[in-house]
Amino acid sequence: MGQTINGLLRRHGLLLAFLVFLGGVAVNADAFLTLGNILDVLRQVSITGMMALGVTFVVLTGRLDLSVGSMLTLLTVIVVDQHNVAGPFLAIVMTLLAGLALGAFNGLLVGFVGLNSLIVTLAMLSFLQGLVLFYSGGSNVNIANAQETWFKVFGRGDFLGLPVPVIVFLMGAVIAGFVLQFTTFGRRIYGVGGNETASIFSGIDARWTVFWAYVVSGLTTGVAAIIMGSRVMGAQNTIGQGYELTVLAGVILGGTSLLGGSGSIWRTVIGISMLGFIQNGLLLLGFAYYVQWLVTWAVIIIAVWIDLGAKRGRIFA
Amino acid sequence: MMDDVILKVEAITKTFPGVKALDDVSFDIRRGEVHALVGENGAGKSTLMKALAGLHKPDSGQIVYQGVPTEVAGPLDARQKGILLIHQELSLSPELSVAENIYLGAWPTNRFGVLKKRELRRNASAALEALGCGFGPDVRVGTLSVAMQQMVEIARAEAFSANVVIFDEPTASLTDTEKDQLFHTIRGLKARGVGIVYISHKMDEIFDITDRITVLRDGQVQGTVETGETDLNHVTRMMIGRTLDSFFVKAKPEFGAEVLRVDGLSKHGHFRNVSFSVREGEVLGLYGLVGAGRSEVVETIFGVRKADDGKLFWKGSEIDLPTPRQSIDMGMALVPESRKEQGLVLMMGGRENTSLPHLRLFSELSLMNRTKELATFEKYRSALSIKTTGPDQAVSQLSGGNQQKFVLAKWLCADPKLIILDEPTRGIDVGSKSAIHKLIAELAEQGLAVIVISSEMPEVLGVSHRVLAMSEGAVVAAFEEGNMSEENLIDAVSHHQGEAAAA
Repeated sequence: MGQTINGLLRRHGLLLAFLVFLGGVAVNADAFLTLGNILDVLRQVSITGMMALGVTFVVLTGRLDLSVGSMLTLLTVIVVDQHNVAGPFLAIVMTLLAGLALGAFNGLLVGFVGLNSLIVTLAMLSFLQGLVLFYSGGSNVNIANAQETWFKVFGRGDFLGLPVPVIVFLMGAVIAGFVLQFTTFGRRIYGVGGNETASIFSGIDARWTVFWAYVVSGLTTGVAAIIMGSRVMGAQNTIGQGYELTVLAGVILGGTSLLGGSGSIWRTVIGISMLGFIQNGLLLLGFAYYVQWLVTWAVIIIAVWIDLGAKRGRIFA
Repeated sequence: MMDDVILKVEAITKTFPGVKALDDVSFDIRRGEVHALVGENGAGKSTLMKALAGLHKPDSGQIVYQGVPTEVAGPLDARQKGILLIHQELSLSPELSVAENIYLGAWPTNRFGVLKKRELRRNASAALEALGCGFGPDVRVGTLSVAMQQMVEIARAEAFSANVVIFDEPTASLTDTEKDQLFHTIRGLKARGVGIVYISHKMDEIFDITDRITVLRDGQVQGTVETGETDLNHVTRMMIGRTLDSFFVKAKPEFGAEVLRVDGLSKHGHFRNVSFSVREGEVLGLYGLVGAGRSEVVETIFGVRKADDGKLFWKGSEIDLPTPRQSIDMGMALVPESRKEQGLVLMMGGRENTSLPHLRLFSELSLMNRTKELATFEKYRSALSIKTTGPDQAVSQLSGGNQQKFVLAKWLCADPKLIILDEPTRGIDVGSKSAIHKLIAELAEQGLAVIVISSEMPEVLGVSHRVLAMSEGAVVAAFEEGNMSEENLIDAVSHHQGEAAAA
């Protein structure tokens, strides 16, 4: 019996701590466990969550994608701006294509040129932020006919009582999870992330595998940008700032290894949702906005520590 | 006589979750003796050595060092007490100098913590000279060869006046000349009264250099014998609990059409003008020392490396140098030299590792066919008698022999026409070793062309129909049934090295 509890704590310690936190918040803030609040959290999570799906592909190959924050800003500016110029349908198509192209560019530099992914995507983060200002001329853009356009459904709509962005996110998660678990592409991702050399010796082209992982990341960021543009009905020049870290935090919190080869989509969904509820709970408890960041990263360090400690059987290195 | 014993292990037991790695193990090391520790993989040799070096804390039992029960806190503590472990993987810092590495973590400093460089250099020089090393204390370790790096580790024995030195598979990546030098050094240590523990899979070395042999099996000591009073058969029987009737089985020499021909393959700085061919049903051995270019040649044929020049013929017609994907699709298989780095994705299970090179065969419209994967996994699990708890047990948890069987399974499951085995039995236990030798013969008799690379001469002679000797990137001699012998092989390789040195 004692052993079972010990094992449970070790395997699901983080989840249990999270449930305790939820309970604590629920007792102190009545609004926390209401359907409205939960749907609000999920609605917020749907944007970072959507991005985290693609970033999970990249992280599973043993690489990083820090460019998604600025990429979200740029793509949101594009979808909002083009909505006014070309109409909602073409704006969506262009945004997705731009996302694919940006992902492909990252993939080219990391996969085929072989540059370090941290450097490439950090540079892209900065470069795309510059491109945003160049594109928008420094001013914020807004959707002109916000009340009439059907475009609003992605960020604001409901379907069968569920927010449309949440449905889009969950559908994305199911597809991404399916691809990783059941297709040859998924298997190649895990192979390259788990042991790149052995995968090359098994006839897998690691360059293309990495390339496509970044393309997926660009695509999911494109979808996230559509939800974001639709929800805000406009785009500030800094709308995606810091999102790259939230996304990465969610992936890590879920337990996907930064070394590659181990992790999954459902882990990311859980990680990013936990993050959403923690941040929301802190707000409801009356903490200032910045406290979220202190707590978030403390939680991540502790989570990674617990995980590592359980694996090696020691607390310290 | 008791005074002779420098270190004594008394009834040590160590359990890991699910395994009793050491079970009531006792043995002793005398001054000036070389004491072999042998056993199959997983017998407990490494655990025992790690307990001596303070990396593992035993559950019970004690270590008596120089007559006193002693607790070893860690590798550095062990070193300062005079117990030195020289690992299979060397524990050196490539960016630091030889002197800094010899005293790694125990540098002489003044009371402000500043390194006493002159003292460090002087002491290191003395240690290097005592061993007769051909390099000075200021060389950066990363620029030295593996053998020289090993000498740096051995120099620690001098520097810390070690009483006990433990060698863990010291010759794994040494050439024959380097091995002789190492043995010379070991004999020097021995003459000065150092007690030496020698762990190795290579039986010829053990009979060459050791005085006593202790055999471990499943974490228990099977016995300690005087090397001079025993023989290979007896020791092997103690190790595996049965005798091996014969180590090698050779396939019947019935050859079919040519499968692969290599003509003038060259890669600058690696190998030059390599030509050979191999037929259906034939086992071609590639013998040579580490660094002779054997692995580079086969990796180039397989497409992992690029060649500068040369032609390949597959089943009689010329082909472009392939990518690994094309090689696999043609029916080529490469069991690489390093199964952990090149052969397997360690965190995957046997099922996923087996299908990894043939994702297209195991899928329809890009969807993985799990049923087919499982069927193949089960087929090879029983055919090769692989010990694993299930299709998804991470292969990292398996023994070396079982891992290697999965590397074989992942290639055999797609019915290759040519299989290249690069050091297929390196670092695996005797039982798995003979199973793999038998398999090689079976495959050839089924009509596969087989290329076997090995630096173990008995192995390459035992399984091959023809043998090519390689040295310094070139094929220097070819031997067939009539003239295949250890002497001829040694002659070919060493004669050529002499020539190269003279030129």
